[in-house]
Amino acid sequence: MTGAIQVGTKPEGAAELPMKEGTSVPAKKGRGEFLYFALRSKKFLVALAILAVLIVIAVFGPIIDGTDPLAQDGVVMQPPSLDAGNWFGTTYFGEDVFAQFANGLRATFFVGLLGGGLAALIGMAVGFTAGYRGGWIDEILNMLTNVVLVIPTLAVLIVITSYLKARGVFFEAVFVGFTSWPWAARAIRAQTFSLRSRDFIDLAKLSGRGTWKIIIQEIAPNMSSYLFMTFILLFGGAILIAASLDFIGLGPTGGMSLGLMMFNAVTWAALNLGIWWWFIPPGIGIMATVGALYVMNVGLDEIFNPKLREI
Amino acid sequence: MRRYFGRKLFTYTLTFFIAATIDWLIPRFMPGDPVASLVAKTGGVSPEGSAALVKYYNDLFGLNKSMPEQFVNFWVSLLQGDLGRSVFSHGRPVTEQIMGAVPYTLALLIPAILLSWWAGNSFGALAARRKWLDNTILPVGYILTATPYMWLGLVFAFVLGFSLRIFPLSGGYGYNLEPALTWRFFTDLVAHWIMPFLSLFIVMFGGWAIGMRNMIIYELESDYSRYLEALGAPQGLVRKYAFRNAMLPQITGLALQLGVIVAGSLVTEIVFSYPGVGSLLFNAIKSSDYFLLQGIFLFIIVGVLAANFLVDIVYIIVDPRTRVGMRGGTQ
Repeated sequence: MTGAIQVGTKPEGAAELPMKEGTSVPAKKGRGEFLYFALRSKKFLVALAILAVLIVIAVFGPIIDGTDPLAQDGVVMQPPSLDAGNWFGTTYFGEDVFAQFANGLRATFFVGLLGGGLAALIGMAVGFTAGYRGGWIDEILNMLTNVVLVIPTLAVLIVITSYLKARGVFFEAVFVGFTSWPWAARAIRAQTFSLRSRDFIDLAKLSGRGTWKIIIQEIAPNMSSYLFMTFILLFGGAILIAASLDFIGLGPTGGMSLGLMMFNAVTWAALNLGIWWWFIPPGIGIMATVGALYVMNVGLDEIFNPKLREI
Repeated sequence: MRRYFGRKLFTYTLTFFIAATIDWLIPRFMPGDPVASLVAKTGGVSPEGSAALVKYYNDLFGLNKSMPEQFVNFWVSLLQGDLGRSVFSHGRPVTEQIMGAVPYTLALLIPAILLSWWAGNSFGALAARRKWLDNTILPVGYILTATPYMWLGLVFAFVLGFSLRIFPLSGGYGYNLEPALTWRFFTDLVAHWIMPFLSLFIVMFGGWAIGMRNMIIYELESDYSRYLEALGAPQGLVRKYAFRNAMLPQITGLALQLGVIVAGSLVTEIVFSYPGVGSLLFNAIKSSDYFLLQGIFLFIIVGVLAANFLVDIVYIIVDPRTRVGMRGGTQ
């Protein structure tokens, strides 16, 4: 499989082997089989549990806590304590760190979902077209992918941000989505390429169906597990990219995000003042979210691909 | 082979042209007039004096010509290695500023990339399908790749720099020292280098280790491995073949990851106020020094393209199939 491209943590080759014969599954085929192995995959379950906890904090934290993350009304630089009402302590300005954390986590999931989702859609559109059509369309799309891969997206972002004085998490998510799809497009192209010469595709062509019908009805379902895992990796990647943008000072204005917390902490010398509770929680939030997503990805890979299961 | 290189060269040239054009747009499409703000900053000049200053700076930056002319001039001076002048450090050449920062960034990046790639691949290959090692390396590796670069830097700075006071917190060398070829300066330089290097190395290490581990498992499950095993080949030999095959995607992975790695080094430099390109970029953003920004991005584009080209060449050396002329075939 020379054509397949992989990025750092991205496993490959899972596409061809969803649900192969020869596994002694007592449950029914299909969904039953997925559940059977999912409930026995420690990686999948642990990651799911961590994500569930984080999602609960992100969704219900701001509602229950109700504190304005930007209200500078607490005692300043309060270390974390359970009884003072500031679980995670307060910042240099007396803002509640927990309120910032919960709201920031919300923004993090939002960026991941929207940015990762958008990148997955673009990656699929480009990858399917390039891999299925081949020829000069493939060449052009390849070139486009290469250009987006190399262009300093930061430069584009700086120009845009200087025009948009107020920008929210939505803008950031869309921007990340539009710039982080190239590796996914390459990977999906390679997978499509290996599928398109199979007999069932030829049969579909003979039946006179259109290109996109074949892609959606024949090719995509045959690599659905692969597509889903690509989405998970893009989800995690979008979160990390957004955190970096926030940290350079190009993040959302007037909102809160985990990257912005770290940016503020560094800007206001939290390091030299020893306010570790200002920058440790956001990092752990990002690490736990993205780490759980990645581990879930391996778990899913083992669930979908019998060859990889631990014996 | 020649076709392969020709195609690559074409792609690279086109990419460079598009990227540099976008880059050229930065100072010209920004809202606000950089020259006006520069003159305002000078202050205390009579109206005629400021008019003369505006004219002087417009001449200096070449902003008084028509857009197409500016575009041609940009390429001409670019090919001569001239990236224009920085607006906020009063017309200091951008090239000079970047060249002052580049050694620091390269001293961080090159060792961090090469060492983490080597160590990560070795560990990942070692861990695959070995129960105990796999169960420790896998979770640790995933946590590491999920770590934001700047956060690990912050943790290091806080624990090793602020609390334990083992390494200096910020800067490229001590404030009481002048760059010189002395032993004292050298050790000081190394002391300031260790923390940013370590935080880059560790995050990258996790990614490579996991990528390799997953690839090796795929390779060990493939037909040729099974066949070798059935023939009774020793485990070591099978793993050796698996490793060599698993290496190829890791090399491509390096090329694809370069952008992320560069971004990682930028934020790490900001955490430690390390005087590299990242800190320069951060300051340029803060002071809206668009010509400096333009120069820095151009430098990053060239660097990433050059590294990509290197990876291509390594790929040809490592993978004999590319030499035959078949490559990700579209035929």
